[in-house]
Amino acid sequence: MKDKLMTSTLTISQLTKTFGGVKALTDVSLSVAPGERVALLGHNGAGKSTLMKIILGLIPADDGKVSVCGAEPGNAEARAHVAYLPENAAFHSALTGLEQITYYMRLRNQNTSGAMGLLDRVGLGHAAKRRIGTYSKGMRQRVGLAQALIGQPRLLVLDEPTSGLDPVSRRDFYELLDGLAADGAAILLSSHALTEVEARTDQLLILSGGRLVAEGTLSELRREAALPVSMQLHPVNGYDADIMATFPDAIRVNSALHLTCLQDEKLAVLARISALEGKLSDVEVIPPSLEDIYSHFSRRDGQ
Amino acid sequence: MIARILATAANEFHIARRNRWVLIAVLLMVVFSLVLSAAGSAPTGALGADRLSVVVASLTSLSVYLVPLVALLMSFDAVAGEVERGTLPLLLTYPVARWEVLAGKLVAHTAILIVAILAGYGAAAVVTIVADPTATSGLVALWRLTWTSALLGATFLGIGYALSSLARRVSGAAGLAIGLWLGLVVLYDLGLLAAVVADDGGAFTTRVFPLALLANPADAFRLFNLTASQATAVAAGVGGAANAIPQWQSLLSVAIWPLISLVLAALAFRKVEP
Ligand SMILES: Nc1ncnc2c1ncn2[C@@H]1O[C@H](COP(=O)(O)OP(=O)(O)OP(=O)(O)O)[C@@H](O)[C@H]1O
Ligand SMILES: [Mg+2]
Repeated sequence: MKDKLMTSTLTISQLTKTFGGVKALTDVSLSVAPGERVALLGHNGAGKSTLMKIILGLIPADDGKVSVCGAEPGNAEARAHVAYLPENAAFHSALTGLEQITYYMRLRNQNTSGAMGLLDRVGLGHAAKRRIGTYSKGMRQRVGLAQALIGQPRLLVLDEPTSGLDPVSRRDFYELLDGLAADGAAILLSSHALTEVEARTDQLLILSGGRLVAEGTLSELRREAALPVSMQLHPVNGYDADIMATFPDAIRVNSALHLTCLQDEKLAVLARISALEGKLSDVEVIPPSLEDIYSHFSRRDGQ
Repeated sequence: MIARILATAANEFHIARRNRWVLIAVLLMVVFSLVLSAAGSAPTGALGADRLSVVVASLTSLSVYLVPLVALLMSFDAVAGEVERGTLPLLLTYPVARWEVLAGKLVAHTAILIVAILAGYGAAAVVTIVADPTATSGLVALWRLTWTSALLGATFLGIGYALSSLARRVSGAAGLAIGLWLGLVVLYDLGLLAAVVADDGGAFTTRVFPLALLANPADAFRLFNLTASQATAVAAGVGGAANAIPQWQSLLSVAIWPLISLVLAALAFRKVEP
């Protein structure tokens, strides 16, 4: 852990932020290492965007420490290495995509000849010379992505980057991220799309009511949550009664019998099921879904 | 630093061109200048001034209204618009200082104003000199009017940015800008005149009045141009007081106001939380 803190691109400890009476963040600590992709999950109003704005130095924290590439959030040194994609990224509608990206590249002191290539990378090459005012929502989101890719940022802070993107573009987007992470960029992204985050990130953080309620890889969270496993038993015709006798708690759902058990009882239950060989036509084991795990953690605080 | 200011200026210039601000500013200045030079060139000779100097005197009275108006119209959206569109947070995460953003906008808007001023005054000069080739002696006064108009424009651009930062809403900023224009350019003079008349040559007229004129960038601009061109008699109203105030004082006010307004703008912009 200490090692990780030393080398982390982003380190936050005991961060607290209050808006008027509303506690947006309470005692949040986390770190993101180079090459790591971290997903920030949480219900609406959990504090994800607030956390990101503090990392970028857009709003001050009330308490706690934030270190971005070894610098204070928002100072010139930090801003030179951090890219941001705000939620609902907005641009001046009178500018073309190319003009907007060219402007951002010049602010980052980059050679603007790469602007067209950057727009091509996010699939906007064909519309580069049209006004952003004529773009669709997903196209505007891609302008936002393109600007976040300017000049090898060491930390990318992406607030709901895939909102408004179609499924194919989402896949392309995560492939882009993989490439950036492989080059050593640290990535912190927020999302409501659990399934894509599950497959495409290294670490999940769940915020609930401004507190960090869970942290780890998906399998770690699954183990920690210890949610019941459900099983679906399909009896061979006529053997229903035998099976109900073995598992009195089973619930009949249509032609199948529904059974739940705790994680650590799973193998024992499966052993009892295999003793019923010949009386069952099929067995399905359904692990707790990501949604189940997510709501387990985000409800713990009475949410 | 310079690169980032110029990048912002280029960007603002694209926006202003698309929003037709360049066209509107140029057209306004040209149309009004031509109308004035046509009207202003009629009563000449008797004053001993050349035609162009007479036109410059009426252009001065025009610019004192028009240049601040155009400058405020171009600038009131500068910060409030970014806040309302939601483009400000992203911009502020870039390695660019806030004052550099303002400076970039200022460069673009001032350039547009200068183009409009040159087009307007140039058109007036051409028309006048074609009608009377001896009027070229008034070119000195016209040049003076040109650069002071640019400074006046910069002053009101800065004031516009400051109002835009204070209001944080485009509608609020527009209201403040119009109110300020009415106040500084129209009502201020009326108020002063009323006070002078009521005072009837007392302490107000001799002490406060000259200072009040110098404190207002629009009045200082008018004073400086009128004293310099010695065409005071042509202009009515407040211009009559111009004789009492040394020229260096109005020049100082004209030169210092752009700095004051830009510092105010930078301070107000620093307080804007994205
Ligand atoms: N500027 C502000 N003034 C007052 N309260 C605020 C402000 N910004 C955020 N909040 C409050 O802070 C809490 C966290 O908001 P935040 O925008 O961080 O949520 P979020 O996790 O990003 O939600 P979403 O998934 O809807 O984007 C909310 O209760 C919100 O009302
Ligand atoms: Mg949010």
